[in-house]
Amino acid sequence: MDHVESGALRTPIEQRLAALRGSAPQRSLDARALAALAANPGCRRRAVLDAAGVDKAALADRLGSPAPFGQSPFAIARGLRFESRVKSNGCAELLELLRGQLTLAPPYSAAEDCPVRLAELVTDPKLPAQRVASTRAALAEAADSPGVWTLLDHPLLRLEVAGSSVLLEPDVVAVRPDGRWTVVEIKSFPILDGSADPAKVGAAARQIAVYVLALRATAAELAGEKPSDDPYDPYATPEGLAGAPTDTALLVCPKDFSNRAAAATVDVRKPMAVTRRQLDRLTRVEQLLDTLPTGTSFDLDPVRDGDTLDRAVGLLDAVYAPDCLASCELAFHCRQEARCAGAVEALGRGVRGELGSLRTVDAALAAAAAAPTRGEPGSAPGAGAVAADEAAARLAYAAALRAEALALGRAVGATAEAGATADASTGAGGPG
Amino acid sequence: MSLLTTLARLEAVRSGHAEPLATVRHRHLAERPMLVVPLAAAGETGAPLAVLLGRDRDRPRLLTVPQPLDRERRFAFLADLADELLPYLESFGEEVETLTKESRDSETGEQTEISRELCLDAPQLLVPNRGGVELLGLLGRSTRFRRTVEDPDPGPYPAPTRVPLLGRWLTHLRERAQVPGSSLLLAMTDLLGRHWATGQSMLEDQHLGALLAWIDPPDGLTGAEAALRAETARDGRGQLLCPPAGPTTDPQFDSGLLAPAIVRYDAARQLAGADPAQRPDPAGRQSDAVLRAQVGARERDIDGLLEAVLLPVWEQLWHGLDLLRQLPPAAHLPDRWTGDRWSYTAHRDRLAAGEPPQPVRDDAVTAARKLAQREREQTTVGVQEALDDPLAMAEHRLAGEALAGVVTGVEPAYDTSGKTSRPRPLVTVRTTDRPHAEPGAELHRAGGPSSQRAQLVTVGAPSGSVTVRLLNGMGRKKDPAPGSVPEVGEQVCFTLFELTARQSAPLPEPEDTPWTHGGPPPGAMPAAPATDAGVRTGMGTGMGTGMGTGTAIEEGADR
Repeated sequence: MDHVESGALRTPIEQRLAALRGSAPQRSLDARALAALAANPGCRRRAVLDAAGVDKAALADRLGSPAPFGQSPFAIARGLRFESRVKSNGCAELLELLRGQLTLAPPYSAAEDCPVRLAELVTDPKLPAQRVASTRAALAEAADSPGVWTLLDHPLLRLEVAGSSVLLEPDVVAVRPDGRWTVVEIKSFPILDGSADPAKVGAAARQIAVYVLALRATAAELAGEKPSDDPYDPYATPEGLAGAPTDTALLVCPKDFSNRAAAATVDVRKPMAVTRRQLDRLTRVEQLLDTLPTGTSFDLDPVRDGDTLDRAVGLLDAVYAPDCLASCELAFHCRQEARCAGAVEALGRGVRGELGSLRTVDAALAAAAAAPTRGEPGSAPGAGAVAADEAAARLAYAAALRAEALALGRAVGATAEAGATADASTGAGGPG
Repeated sequence: MSLLTTLARLEAVRSGHAEPLATVRHRHLAERPMLVVPLAAAGETGAPLAVLLGRDRDRPRLLTVPQPLDRERRFAFLADLADELLPYLESFGEEVETLTKESRDSETGEQTEISRELCLDAPQLLVPNRGGVELLGLLGRSTRFRRTVEDPDPGPYPAPTRVPLLGRWLTHLRERAQVPGSSLLLAMTDLLGRHWATGQSMLEDQHLGALLAWIDPPDGLTGAEAALRAETARDGRGQLLCPPAGPTTDPQFDSGLLAPAIVRYDAARQLAGADPAQRPDPAGRQSDAVLRAQVGARERDIDGLLEAVLLPVWEQLWHGLDLLRQLPPAAHLPDRWTGDRWSYTAHRDRLAAGEPPQPVRDDAVTAARKLAQREREQTTVGVQEALDDPLAMAEHRLAGEALAGVVTGVEPAYDTSGKTSRPRPLVTVRTTDRPHAEPGAELHRAGGPSSQRAQLVTVGAPSGSVTVRLLNGMGRKKDPAPGSVPEVGEQVCFTLFELTARQSAPLPEPEDTPWTHGGPPPGAMPAAPATDAGVRTGMGTGMGTGMGTGTAIEEGADR
């Protein structure tokens, strides 16, 4: 970890990634990006660009398909207002929620008035290495003083992902009197009548899972153990200090329509297991870099030709799915690419499974146009497509059914128009 | 997505415009529905920002909240919204038909005649997308428990009486919108998505502008080009040419136009409200009237901004409606609309009876009833759509749940096991459909005499045909009643599924809730205090939240 403290790029891999990035400043990965990465682990384009810290939004701009994202200033202001409210008065409201929601191991109890300490952390955003170090020191100190609530406000944690390190900043980490560490995530979507939007809670849980994984790594380091990365038993909790971070986090949200806070514990074991598995599966970034020709660069220098940039991005295989539109800045570019190539995935993730070996729109439509093997009435059986591929045969059959139904619909529609009687409209219910 | 939908999407990619997914219109459309385009303030839960509504294409009504954080402006907005919506919602309660039903008391066996009122028509609200439906539901939730001046304890901020009433109506419409096939509150993206397949994914279809671009692309553009333009094209100020259909506004609109306008409005209001002695120099000399006029002008600025992003959506909504009206209505629409009328009438009666607002959480029996109803309706809608629309039936044929074709032979046959011989004719149908059933399985004839059943006899002998034996619906005589047996050359259709939904077992009354389900709910139970323990991370059992049926609706929309 020495190289981090000095801030210099020492490892060859980091040098190679910096070369890819060119002159632009590094964009550090955050938990949201990691969660998105884990949602589409096969996407090499995203893996490399994220590892290299390329500003994907700026890259998308240069490629002519700007990212559709942005957050409303109202939403940002609301989020900040709520977080500062929860943390005001020395986190008084937060502590109340922690005491109310968490169950402490004996001999401590949440009702008992344990002293509270706010850890002093380096907060200068320009000194990430110092912030990581001070977080570690604060956690180590808190671990040595049981019976005290220690709150770390915006600590900074490190996690190794696919060969490069990621800096993560949870809202709060609470070290409890019983020595366990709990991640606290403050979100501005409401807990309405005791339940919150499952999609948003799910996204928050995936994000928290990344924090807990990073916290586990830090804890293991402090305990002098290797972090357990047995992918076959994701639910295993290490013993002792290494197992201090709990896999249950506290989600703090506005209560109903008010500004008051409500909290709920969220079990993140499952998203943790999923995230860890997905992150492990991420192809090692070295191997990805090896496939790139020397001299490849994603430098966003304005003097560079847009086409060169386009070609450089094209060297990295993307795995586009419509879901990407919600989470990746390059999605519009990848969508354009997928559409130009006629890839069926552009219509939805599930489509590919339905169409089997038919990967392009043209191939699928050609299969559909072939005479169905089960045959339209009258067509000679066995003519046209052979039942070599079941998906193709099914598609051809579906096409025949669709054509027949559309023709019937048109005929009924014509009758209805010609007759324009009530009978005609009931006739629409005729046999399919 | 089913394979047939996928195929339609593939065809749309090739043709450059949307392809039909239905040959008839599967949802009821009122003659003059109420169109509502609601906008929410970003970041605030259920905080309205503006709404454009009306029944007249040329005269939409705009309501806005110039400062979404201002509680009083928000309340004033809701009161205005109630003034606009309640007369429409309540106007259908007057004209009724009276239906009478004979009923026998289960204990005394006494015959009594029960007569019930049923409203002749019901309101229909159309919003741009599902987000709009959710927002109306949230507004309903936030207003239906509001205390009014008439309450014994009105609290510090009493609302006009019509505001909680509006909340109860919106809650009811939102609830009803979860019932498959219902048409009191509809999202335009759902309506269009049910009837057309675009060359993009379902996710992208949620964008009303892009969806319409595929269905009815402007001259000279393909659907894909027009959709991309709807999604991304911006003007010189960086604003989207096709603003999102709500409920949230484009972040760039918020930061570039709306936020500065709200700041100016706040400043003007502060100036107008400040003590004249403390006003900064230039303002100190201005009279109150001038300052108030400035507040008004800033407010009109905000109105202008919001109207500019709402009007394009307004036009899209009407455009979608025009497109849908071109489709012939399905045969079962009046049936299902009657269900909506019952739902409307029941809510009207609950209000008239002075019942408390809908609780935050349903009790066990009510929740189970709602789920059972939604499941039943899901089945009913599926069957009715299949009967109304050959394209919907094609889904079942592809899945091996139905067969259709032309009759090639009818062979008279009789069941002679009883005293009198009964007709059991064998019908041979030329079809390539392969029903997933063994010979002997029961079939139901679609489009024939009501509830006529048949039995599968042979499949594929001779090749490309299916033989079935008709079992009933042919009258009591020795020879089948005329018209009850299909003739050679006639098009017939048989299904493996029943053509009417089965009634589920009756559920107990709420006061008889068994202890296993928490026992009878305590008293009239107004707003049960909500506990915050345990937020669902995934899809829970869905009891009381309607989550289970929520997915069922989506699946239904797929077909």
